[in-house]
Amino acid sequence: MARLLAVTIIVIAIVSAIPVIMHTWEAPADISTHGQMIDDQMADTMIEAGISFLAAQILLALFIWKSPSNKPGPEGKFKVFPGGAKGLIIASIVLVGVEVLALGAFGSKAWARVYFTPPAADSMPIQAQAGQFAFYFRYPGKDGKFGPIHPELISEATQNLFGLDPEHDVESRDDIVAAELAIPVNKEIHLLMHAKDVSHSFYVPALRIHQDFVPGLDLSVHFTATKIGKYEIVCSQLCGLGHYNMRAYLEVMSPEDFDDWQKKQAAAQ
Amino acid sequence: MHDKPAVSTAPAVVHGPPTTFISKHVFSLDHKVIGKQYYALALAAVLTGMVLSWLMRIHLGWNDLAIPGLQALSPNGAPSGVMTPEMYLRIMTMHATFMVFFVLTTAPFAAFGNFFLPIQVGAEDMPFPHFNMMSFWTTFVAFCVLVTAFFTTDGPPLSGWTAYAPLSAIGKDTGPGQGTGQIIWAAAIGIFCIGQLLGALNFISTVLDMRCKGMTLKRLPVTAWAWFITSCMGLTAFAVLMPATILLILDHVAGTSFFIPSGLVINDQLVPHSGGSTLLWQHLFWFFGHPEVYIAIVPGMGIITHVLITNMRRPMVSMKAILYSMWALAFLSYMVYGHHMFVSGMNPFSSLVFSFPTLMITIPSTVLVLIWIGSLYGSRIRINAASLFALGFISMFVTGGVSGFFLAQPSIDIMLHATYFVVGHFHMVMGVAAIFGIFSGTYFWFPKMTGRMMNETLGKAHFWLTFVGTYCTFMPFHYLGWAANVRRYSAFTDDYLKPLIPLHQFITIAALFTGAVQLTFLYNLVHSLFRGAPAPANPWEGTSLEWTMPSPPPWNNFGGKDPVVYHDADQYGVKTASGADYIMQDSPEPSPTGC
Repeated sequence: MARLLAVTIIVIAIVSAIPVIMHTWEAPADISTHGQMIDDQMADTMIEAGISFLAAQILLALFIWKSPSNKPGPEGKFKVFPGGAKGLIIASIVLVGVEVLALGAFGSKAWARVYFTPPAADSMPIQAQAGQFAFYFRYPGKDGKFGPIHPELISEATQNLFGLDPEHDVESRDDIVAAELAIPVNKEIHLLMHAKDVSHSFYVPALRIHQDFVPGLDLSVHFTATKIGKYEIVCSQLCGLGHYNMRAYLEVMSPEDFDDWQKKQAAAQ
Repeated sequence: MHDKPAVSTAPAVVHGPPTTFISKHVFSLDHKVIGKQYYALALAAVLTGMVLSWLMRIHLGWNDLAIPGLQALSPNGAPSGVMTPEMYLRIMTMHATFMVFFVLTTAPFAAFGNFFLPIQVGAEDMPFPHFNMMSFWTTFVAFCVLVTAFFTTDGPPLSGWTAYAPLSAIGKDTGPGQGTGQIIWAAAIGIFCIGQLLGALNFISTVLDMRCKGMTLKRLPVTAWAWFITSCMGLTAFAVLMPATILLILDHVAGTSFFIPSGLVINDQLVPHSGGSTLLWQHLFWFFGHPEVYIAIVPGMGIITHVLITNMRRPMVSMKAILYSMWALAFLSYMVYGHHMFVSGMNPFSSLVFSFPTLMITIPSTVLVLIWIGSLYGSRIRINAASLFALGFISMFVTGGVSGFFLAQPSIDIMLHATYFVVGHFHMVMGVAAIFGIFSGTYFWFPKMTGRMMNETLGKAHFWLTFVGTYCTFMPFHYLGWAANVRRYSAFTDDYLKPLIPLHQFITIAALFTGAVQLTFLYNLVHSLFRGAPAPANPWEGTSLEWTMPSPPPWNNFGGKDPVVYHDADQYGVKTASGADYIMQDSPEPSPTGC
């Protein structure tokens, strides 16, 4: 029975690894300038975790396989692992400890690329607002300034989704509000995030961007999309019964198409 | 850790024998009865939690499928038998709450720990038996309070077992179950914390003050160490969660704003709160939440080590390395909780600060795995249901552990946060591995706890089917996560998620199969309880003190005698005068190893 267990462990380990090696299930292809670093980090981790996984399972299976045939030596003692505990502890620290700490060090660069670099001075500011169960996006218009949000004015009934007061706030008058995030290709976007009610998340797998909307905190992320197309923005922070259905689309456009889109939206406001 | 032989300073008789049915079986002061009560509670919780998981999985596999009987159970939650999104989330919340709190915390720690810790240290009982009884009954009340959520008009909450604020704090306007249901949830968890704090205090005092003559700290069996370490974690973790739940309730009922900032708008109405912090809840919750992972798994590590050395008939390559590694896990568990919050909006620099201890926790985890595997080298292990589950535990722990490589890194968490990868990771390492530890402990200690043997053939069949079934269920979760499948969705309507539905259907079939297999365990447990062969005192030829007494042990454990310990619990593979290959801890026979 020990040998059957050893074989089962090996079969499970190999079968588990096949979809990973074959890339059977993968995230949508990256469309960002920073995503390659994340993908590389993921691939490196996959290799190191994969080797650790297979090595540990194979070693476990091997020793279980050999177990029935192990016999005590002349003094009635069974063989002890060569090098004993010292060897095993050193192996843990050298093979795994150094490996994962190195991973962490290199991975920090990818994290820093996303979070420690300020947005470029000419990046395009767009405000995203998340509420149960929709995203809305606001563009500052020609003046380049967002009008202030007045929470008490927010109303879906009157479609004042950002609580704007154009009568009193000059900056609000040309703000454009949309239900989709339209952006020009190859232009850095500085997304200013505002939560209307509870926590939500801005997750665009294709964009390699994932950031929670936190009520009471003004957060921002910045990114550049490099491929024209339509991509899904999903909420990954449990926000209520409609959580599964809370989504919007990211439309990456050519600069010309984006200008047309903005003009149409401005005219429709 | 001192090596001075300890002598029990507690009174020789902690409490008298039970005199009535109530004092023997219900409000018992006997740690063994309390241990069994915890086990029964965990069993009720795991069965409830498992049925809830079946409902979730059926819904995720076949979204429009009417589940027979569901409409009768919940006319609003499942009109025509098809689950609504809110019912899915309620079920998900209750599944996780039952499993994390009432199964993974109570079974390996409170159930086995209560039964065996006093015996293993050579004590008649715990030092505070009344507190111990209160610990169980408080936990039982917490369970009942949680269950009442099903029967209120509001229903159970839908905010998940993590109950992130402000969804959990604002009240009924944020969704069904978020009013009364959420308050009930918070009250149940707060009460649960009190029970666990009472238990942890008792466990710590038992180890420090109740050891018998000769039972030095170095001679404590590994399980006693595991429960002691777990108690230390529980004492600090539950002490933080309990006040957090009180603050959450106050936000609901007293108009406070601990977790609710100003300017929030629900249903076009300004929420009348201001000044609170959303992230405060996350910090408090995860300060408990990450140690909780180790509260669930460390007892399992102790149990499988104990089972393995008994069945390998030899000590571990280094028990010291195992003990130090478990301590390291406990210590680091408080320094890593922020890895749950990499994209939460906390300072991105903090993410790196939390990332490195998270990566470092791989080292003691690897030491444990390599010591277990290295100890198998050259061993001839006895194969039985207990040792099979112990070996299965190692395999599961490895699988769940390596996925931690990914989640420890903030840059990768950008892709994997809140996806099924996380679900796969924690189900493997904290769910399945810990439950394998519980199964291993059950097959190993059932004879001692009940005086009857379990059916080994059924036990082995249970292992094989469960081992394959759990891999089929939880391994694909990782693939879904790599494909950016967001968790906590009641349906997959996004274009990029639709191709993943067949994989969800496969998981559902595997989960139903694995769940059905557990009926063999349940049958074995109940049947053996009444019809099992009578158990000898020491069926596995173990060395620790629980095997020195009849099965089941008498009410006062050692029959009124004070045991004296001469060895550690690792005296296997030795030559003795009687020809046995082991020396029991209370045997005065000198050990060839001099321990």
